[in-house]
Amino acid sequence: MVIGGLTPEAIAFGFFTILTLGGALGVVLNKNLVRGSVWLIVSLFGVAGLFVLLSAPFLAAVQVLVYIGAIGILFTFAVMLTRSMTNLRQRFTSQWWSSLIVVVLLFVVLMAGVVVPVWGNARPEDASTVVATTVDLGVALVDGNQFVLPFEVASLLLTAAMIGAIVIARQHEEE
Amino acid sequence: MNVLNEWAFIGVFFLLAPLLPALPIVLGGVFAPHKPNAIKTDTYECGVETVGNTWVQFKVQYYLYGLIFLVFDVEMVFLFPWALAYKQLDFFAFGAGLLFIFLLTDALFYAWGKNALAWD
Amino acid sequence: MDCINQLAQCLSAGGMDSGLAEFISIFLGVTLTATFPLLVTILLIWVERKFAARIQDRIGPNRVGPFGLLQPLADVVKLLGKENITPQGADKPIYNFAPPLMVASVLLIWAVVPFSPYHIGSDLEIGALYTIAVASIGTLAVMMAGWASNNKYALLGAFRVVAQLISYEVPLAMAILVPVMLAGSMSMQDIVTAQYGMWFMFSAPVAAFLFFISSQAETGRAPFDLLEAESELVAGFNIEYSGMKFAMFFAGEFMHVFTNGVLMAVFFSGGWLGPFAEQAPILGAIYLLGKASVWYMLSLWLRNSVPRLRIDQMMNFNWKFLVPMSILNLVVTAFLLQVIKQAGLGPADAGNFLQNIPQTLILLLGNGFVAYVMLSWARSKGRAARAADEAKKMNAATAASVAVGD
Repeated sequence: MVIGGLTPEAIAFGFFTILTLGGALGVVLNKNLVRGSVWLIVSLFGVAGLFVLLSAPFLAAVQVLVYIGAIGILFTFAVMLTRSMTNLRQRFTSQWWSSLIVVVLLFVVLMAGVVVPVWGNARPEDASTVVATTVDLGVALVDGNQFVLPFEVASLLLTAAMIGAIVIARQHEEE
Repeated sequence: MNVLNEWAFIGVFFLLAPLLPALPIVLGGVFAPHKPNAIKTDTYECGVETVGNTWVQFKVQYYLYGLIFLVFDVEMVFLFPWALAYKQLDFFAFGAGLLFIFLLTDALFYAWGKNALAWD
Repeated sequence: MDCINQLAQCLSAGGMDSGLAEFISIFLGVTLTATFPLLVTILLIWVERKFAARIQDRIGPNRVGPFGLLQPLADVVKLLGKENITPQGADKPIYNFAPPLMVASVLLIWAVVPFSPYHIGSDLEIGALYTIAVASIGTLAVMMAGWASNNKYALLGAFRVVAQLISYEVPLAMAILVPVMLAGSMSMQDIVTAQYGMWFMFSAPVAAFLFFISSQAETGRAPFDLLEAESELVAGFNIEYSGMKFAMFFAGEFMHVFTNGVLMAVFFSGGWLGPFAEQAPILGAIYLLGKASVWYMLSLWLRNSVPRLRIDQMMNFNWKFLVPMSILNLVVTAFLLQVIKQAGLGPADAGNFLQNIPQTLILLLGNGFVAYVMLSWARSKGRAARAADEAKKMNAATAASVAVGD
């Protein structure tokens, strides 16, 4: 099916891109921090859609489960911990240009990484021809020759993150 | 049906799912009276005037629960492919999964010991 | 040509553009799958009220229509005439979007529910994970509703509920890992067919228990109904909602309870499996809904006969009992499955009931072990707590008598 010269995939891609970028703009430009986190969730949802289009349904579900279901909530909790979460007085602080430089640099580096084959193959196989399933991911995660070490390190990292969070929060409470 | 069609179904479902419950709300808006006044739309607080801003600073305990949940959520995300492929795996994979779970259980017991799980 | 099951082919055979035909068939499918649970919910309100009434030795709705069956319709008409009051200072867009989002998060689960061998909205490769993922959106709706109402009760209630919902998501997901492991697939259809020889309820009762209890908590119903702690929070996060918007929160809750029954049926009691389900798909749907109703009745029974827990008790129950139990259960099941595989005790034909018996017996033993360890541990903890309580009382009594003696 072709609508106005576009395939449904292209339309869906456009839609999710708008969600992702529009949501991100909403985060940056909103004076109300809670609304900002709602926009962030919109943006993350767009990313989940992009994962689906890339034939990575597992990552899409993870995106919804972890980023929308957990990080979104965590952000709201974190915002509630700050003092003035609504009505920030100004949209831009005086250091806006320094963050702009960092963002532009990061963008250039990432784009270069995608366009120029710096890290690995720039033109991987067509997504539709790759038949890696979630089962393959499971096998690879615990295969001694593949990713078993990163798998365990991830666990260690999570543990460290949790301990760090508890230590900092407890300190905060004792003050 | 190919794979993207399956997801097209989900996509249409995502668009339609909030619209279906929104329909009765809109209908209610058509049929119901709409006569707001200052007392009616006042914030409900058992008959007394509300004092100060609602959106105040909250205690850190909620954030801690959120963080602990996040850690377990990510753990589950890693365990799902493991469980999925489990039928094809051997004892080495069981050991790898066990170590993974053990490290996180450790974190749970740490939180427990530090009383981070207590609601006070 | 079978125009009901293959609408797309049928339409394109009639000369329509194939893409458009595909779209129309998808759209109709979605409308059907999404409307069905909403209609069922109207009936469920009657079932729930009648059931609660019987438990409390009342008759329940009996005036409108035969057996009061039309009562929910009368309620809908009444609710349509109720004013929607938006409190001042509310964050309007978020305030208005929260109720539909709440219902949507439950509705979305139905997209992957297998009604029969041939009727499923969308048999995703990651179905089981999908159900948890979309259900977690409901948490967000609660948070949005509580925050946008600009009411202290609502915000406090929302925070408590969110803390509860995210906590109980951990044992919920850990419980689903067990059927996924047993079936070797996350597709809902595969999970159902994997139970052809033996329902997972029998080979993984602990996981079924964990899933049932934590899904109960996810709906925010008694004994976990901090959502509606009238005496403490005058109704919680939805306090500033009225009219149809308020009704939507409740519709979402009613639907969620039944949806949990459906998920219990799919994950643990064989979904549409039953005699002649393959030959007559309609029977499959009846079996599924019948099994779901049994689980649903069980949760109604629980709701109407168990008192509310305090929030600290609820959190302790989750983090210090359910989560360790789910971890232990997962490890023991994984270990036993590996032993069964190495010893060659697994069924050669998974669909054969008799061949499934050795594996099921071994897993049952493992589950018994998990239950025994957790329960005896909880008991010793309880005994210690009681002893500490007694000692405190004794100390207080001695202190008092000393004070009198002075």
